[in-house]
Amino acid sequence: MAQTLAQKIIAKASGRDAVAAGEIVIAKVDLAMIHDSGGPRRVKPILERLGRDVWDKDKVVVITDHFLPANTDDTRAIQRLTHEWVAAQNIAAFHDQMGICHVVLPEQGHLQPGMFVVGGDSHSPTGGAFGAYMFGIGATEMAGVLATGEIWIKVPETILIEWTGWLGPQLSAKDMMLRAIGELGMDGGGYQAVEYTGSAISALSMQERMTMANMTAELGGQAGLIAPDQVTSNWLSVHGMQPADFSDWRSDDDAPVMARHYFDASELAPQVAAPHSPANASPVGEQSGEKIDVAYIGACTGAKLDDLRMAASVLRGRQTASSVSLMVAPASKRDQEIAAEEGVMAVFEEAGAIILPNACGICAGYGNNRLGENVRCISTTARNFRGRMGAASSEVFLASPYTVAASAIAGHICDPREMAGGT
Amino acid sequence: MGDPARIWKFGDNIDTDALAPGRYMSAPIHVLASHCLETVRPEFASQVNEGDMIVAGANFGMGSSREQAVEALRHLGIAAVIAQSFAGIFYRNAVNLGLPVLECAETASAQDRSAASLDAVSGKLDLDDGGVLNCTPLPGFLMQIVNDGGLVPHLEKRFSAGASR
Ligand code: SF4
Repeated sequence: MAQTLAQKIIAKASGRDAVAAGEIVIAKVDLAMIHDSGGPRRVKPILERLGRDVWDKDKVVVITDHFLPANTDDTRAIQRLTHEWVAAQNIAAFHDQMGICHVVLPEQGHLQPGMFVVGGDSHSPTGGAFGAYMFGIGATEMAGVLATGEIWIKVPETILIEWTGWLGPQLSAKDMMLRAIGELGMDGGGYQAVEYTGSAISALSMQERMTMANMTAELGGQAGLIAPDQVTSNWLSVHGMQPADFSDWRSDDDAPVMARHYFDASELAPQVAAPHSPANASPVGEQSGEKIDVAYIGACTGAKLDDLRMAASVLRGRQTASSVSLMVAPASKRDQEIAAEEGVMAVFEEAGAIILPNACGICAGYGNNRLGENVRCISTTARNFRGRMGAASSEVFLASPYTVAASAIAGHICDPREMAGGT
Repeated sequence: MGDPARIWKFGDNIDTDALAPGRYMSAPIHVLASHCLETVRPEFASQVNEGDMIVAGANFGMGSSREQAVEALRHLGIAAVIAQSFAGIFYRNAVNLGLPVLECAETASAQDRSAASLDAVSGKLDLDDGGVLNCTPLPGFLMQIVNDGGLVPHLEKRFSAGASR
C-alpha cells in the first residue's frame, strides 16, 4: 500500500507495516521533549499521583527557555523545581539556559529522520524539518507519555504544499509561510500532516526548513514535514549524528493525499501579517509606512543563526531609527556564539540593538520587555494574537528578519528590497 | 441544581492567549481563570455559572499547547465546548482533562445566554426554543477517557488493573 511519509513514520512507531488515514493507533514514542513551562512543574505531580517515574530516562530531553531569566520568586521556584526533578529522574539530556527548545533540540543532535517525537509545546512541528514526525501536546498528555512511553494518534491525511521556482533576494522561509497561512488560513492544515516539497524547499538551509515546519502550527497542521535529503544529511554530520540511509523516509509517489497546494517562490514578495492574526498576511507594499515603536528579532521562528544573518545583512553599517527600539534575542547560545564570531552580533550592537537572553522572552509575553500600552511592534515571531506579547492594546506585525531589520532602520514598515546597499 | 445551564457564544479562532493569557501563566489557576477570555468578552469570567456551555465557531482553542486554556474553562465550571471545529492540541487537551468537546457544523440557531441541555453521549443539544443541534459525539475511545474524568484517572484505573501495556 502506497504510504505518505507521515504514515510510514506512524506505522513504524505503532509496530505496523502500514496504517490508514483516520484510524486511531497507539504509537511508541522515540523521544519526548519538555520545557520549563509545561514540563517538570506540571508533569511531576501527575507522575507522583500515578506512582510512576519516566518510562525511559534516555528518551526524555528537558530544556529551559520560557521562564528565563528567572528574576522573580515564581520563576526562580520553577527553575529550582526543574533542576530537582531532572536530577531525581536521572535525565542526562538537560539543556539549561542554552536557548529555545525547538532550536536546541536538533542543535544538540537529538533528532533523526523517521523518529516519532512529542514535544510539550505547540511549535513542536519544527522537528518535521528533519523528517521526524513531531507534534505538540499538553502537560497532562505529556505526563501520560512519560509514564507509559505511548500515545494515541489519529493517523492524519497529508496536505502537500509545493513551492516551485526560487526565492529572490531578501526573501525567506518566513515569507513563504506567511504567504501560505494568508492564503489557506490558520486552520488550513486541518490538524493533518502538512508536507512541503518543491525546488524552493530543496534549496532551503536546515534552519530555514525549521522555520517552515515551525509555522505549521499557525497553519493548523499537526506536523509539518520535509523529506530528508543531502542538506539534512550534512546537518546531521555537523551536529554529531550518524546520517543513516534514510532514502525510505519519503512519501511514495502514488500515496493518496488530501489536498495539493502550489505556490511559486519566484513571484513571492516579502510578507507582513497585520495585527492580530498570522493569517492577515499581505505583500509588504500594502503595509509599508505603518509606524512602529519596537522591532523584535526573537523566537524559535525568527532568531536562529540564519535569521540573525539575514537581519544583519540589512543592518550592516546602519543605525536603527531613533524612535525605534530594536531588540534581539538570539534563539540559542550556540547560534549567538557563531554569530559573534562572524561579526553578526557586532552589527546589531553597532546598529543600537538591545541584546536579550537566549530565551522565549516577550514572544510568550514573559519578562520585563513586554510591550506596553499602544506599542506597535514588528516581529520575527510566529504569533501576533491580541495581547500575546504584552498589553491588549499593543499591536504586532509579523515579518521576516530582513523586513524587521529594514523597518527598524526606517522607523516604519519597509520593504527590505528598497534598502539599497545591503549585502 | 441552581440556574439552568446557559450558552456562551463565541466566534471563530478563539485562541489560547485569550483563554489563558501569557502574563498570568505563572499565577495560580483561580487568578488565571479570572482573566479567561477577557480580551474577547470582559464579563465572561465573572458571570459564567457552573454547568454553562460554550458554543463557538471554527478553530476553537488555536495557538499554544498550554493546558491552562482548558483548566481555566473547567475552573469556571464550563461543562462542555461545542464548536464548528477545534484546534488539534486544544481538542486533545480537553479530552485529557475530561472536558467534553463536540463538533457541530450548524451552531447559528443557538442564542447567546439562552438555556440549553446537552447529552454528550448522543451529541444532542436541546435549545430553549425547542430546537435541537446535532453534534458529533467523541469517538468511543476518547469518550472513555472523558468519562473516567480525564487521562490521569484513566491511567490510574489502567495501572491499578495491572494492565500495564
Ligand atoms: S520562542 Fe515563542 S514560539 Fe518559540 S517556543 Fe518560545 S514562546 Fe513558543
